[in-house]
Amino acid sequence: MGLTFSVFLMIQMTSMFAGMMKKASATVTNTGAKVWVMDPAVTNVSSAIPMPDYMLDAARSIEGVKYAVPLYSGGALVRLKDGTYQPVTVLGLDDTSLFGRPQLIEGKIEDIYAENGFVVVKDEEFMKLENPKVGTEFELNDNRGVIVGIAKVPASGLFGIPTLYTTFNRAVQYIPSMRYTISFILIEPQSAAAIPHIREEIKRLGYDVVTEEGLIDRITNWYMFHTGMGTNLVIMTTISFIVGLSISGQTFYTFVLENFERFGALKAIGAKGRELVFMIFFQAVITGLAGYGLGIGLCAGLIALAKLRVPDYASIITYGNLVLALGMVVVISAFSGYIAVRKVLKIDPYDIFRG
Amino acid sequence: MDTVAIRATGVTKWFGQGDAKTCAVKDVSFEARFHEMLYIVGPSGSGKTTLLSMISGILRPDTGTVRVEDTDVWALKENALADFRLQRIGFVFQDFHLFPTLTTVENVAIPLVLKRREWDDAIKEGMKYLEVVGLTKRAKLNPTRLSGGEQQRVAIARALASGPDLMIFDEPTASLDGDTGKKIVDFVKHDVLTDHRCIVVVTHDDRIYEYADRILHMEDGRLMDGKGSADA
Repeated sequence: MGLTFSVFLMIQMTSMFAGMMKKASATVTNTGAKVWVMDPAVTNVSSAIPMPDYMLDAARSIEGVKYAVPLYSGGALVRLKDGTYQPVTVLGLDDTSLFGRPQLIEGKIEDIYAENGFVVVKDEEFMKLENPKVGTEFELNDNRGVIVGIAKVPASGLFGIPTLYTTFNRAVQYIPSMRYTISFILIEPQSAAAIPHIREEIKRLGYDVVTEEGLIDRITNWYMFHTGMGTNLVIMTTISFIVGLSISGQTFYTFVLENFERFGALKAIGAKGRELVFMIFFQAVITGLAGYGLGIGLCAGLIALAKLRVPDYASIITYGNLVLALGMVVVISAFSGYIAVRKVLKIDPYDIFRG
Repeated sequence: MDTVAIRATGVTKWFGQGDAKTCAVKDVSFEARFHEMLYIVGPSGSGKTTLLSMISGILRPDTGTVRVEDTDVWALKENALADFRLQRIGFVFQDFHLFPTLTTVENVAIPLVLKRREWDDAIKEGMKYLEVVGLTKRAKLNPTRLSGGEQQRVAIARALASGPDLMIFDEPTASLDGDTGKKIVDFVKHDVLTDHRCIVVVTHDDRIYEYADRILHMEDGRLMDGKGSADA
């Protein structure tokens, strides 16, 4: 029970964090670019610092770059038909290539070039735009917008607001911008080996280059170390570890005390110390695995249930979560087994006779 | 068969330290033979359990030697001593110490499993020993569902399963009513005692003295006749 509860708490906390990080990195994973160029001060996609246009030309001229395209990422308020306003994330794709475009489930991608064309992402936030259809109109900074396609993406954003895709130029035109307009430059390198050279060249111009995985790590680290989420995660994981350790350790110790005479009888009969040690650790492993499995099952069931009620519920069980919880279960089982073994090895079979 | 099964020579055991130091067994020497049922009797605190523990390889004496047939018991190292107990000694404890979560036959199979026998083989052989004690029909039950007498028989079957030369019974009738106790000891005398087996019984139940081949009386850690040759 202790281990089940402990694993449940551990997996619940870490899966919630993993789910939120997946959402926080949604733009990165949805875009699918291998290399990202940005201002060194950028910590996540939602806080992009615009770069000058010449950076795009500079990136394109670096040896090893197959192609480089701009990406606009910004926020805006959309006025819906009923007069209400809804914040949205607007992603402006390179006009020529539409690199990073989402997969459409309705409409045609070329219609994004049509006048006022926008593609809306059908995710958990979709209904906040009053479930638009192809042809639905809205207002964005006094500009008319028309939904020309409905798309799906692997992950929706963290902040609970809908996402609209349009062309880079239209995004810059519709949304008030600073002097510079390129949020990110997305690079396709000729090969992975070219990335260090590209990084070196871009750094020389005062900007930063990270790979897709590097950007996801940077976003995760930012949330982990600059928002308090990491502290909460560590506190909760530590608490669940301590809960598991204390309950499991105490249960094992009580088990040994309750079976003190039987262990003594086994010793008297001729069981060797190493056989008793094996028995206890075998039991610790079986108990640990059972608690681990039940804890994961309980957590997975709860997440599934929560997602039925709250589709946007940010929680995913990753292999990393499972390995972390397994590692803690191993430590807890080993510690509990060690306490039990110490006691058992001290049992004197003479006590069995003495009564 | 009158080969010596146990030879204890000058066995002494002290407990405690300083002023609290007491001698539980003092300079005891005796012999027991195969096909002999030897009783060690005496009042509480006379040292009979301590003596039993020392001859069965459980409690190391401070001085003296114990030989079981040709083995100097206390010259053995820890693991060899555990092997010696497993291979040559069968224990029947006062409170039986059966495992409540195992079935009767699984309890009997414990020494066989400790001897590295395959589980299925151990269970099959365990059934044979249950047959010896007349409990095959109870094989699948947990010991908690058996009567005291039946539990005692299971404990005997478990002791027999290791194929011992020496069987140690610690107060075998203490947890049983008079009739059941007598039946058990009668069974041990006639069905468990063999030509190449010696049985040592510690008891203070005088109702079963009639089954003893010899009785050693202990008092204050000494044998009453000093040599362990008192006859029943």
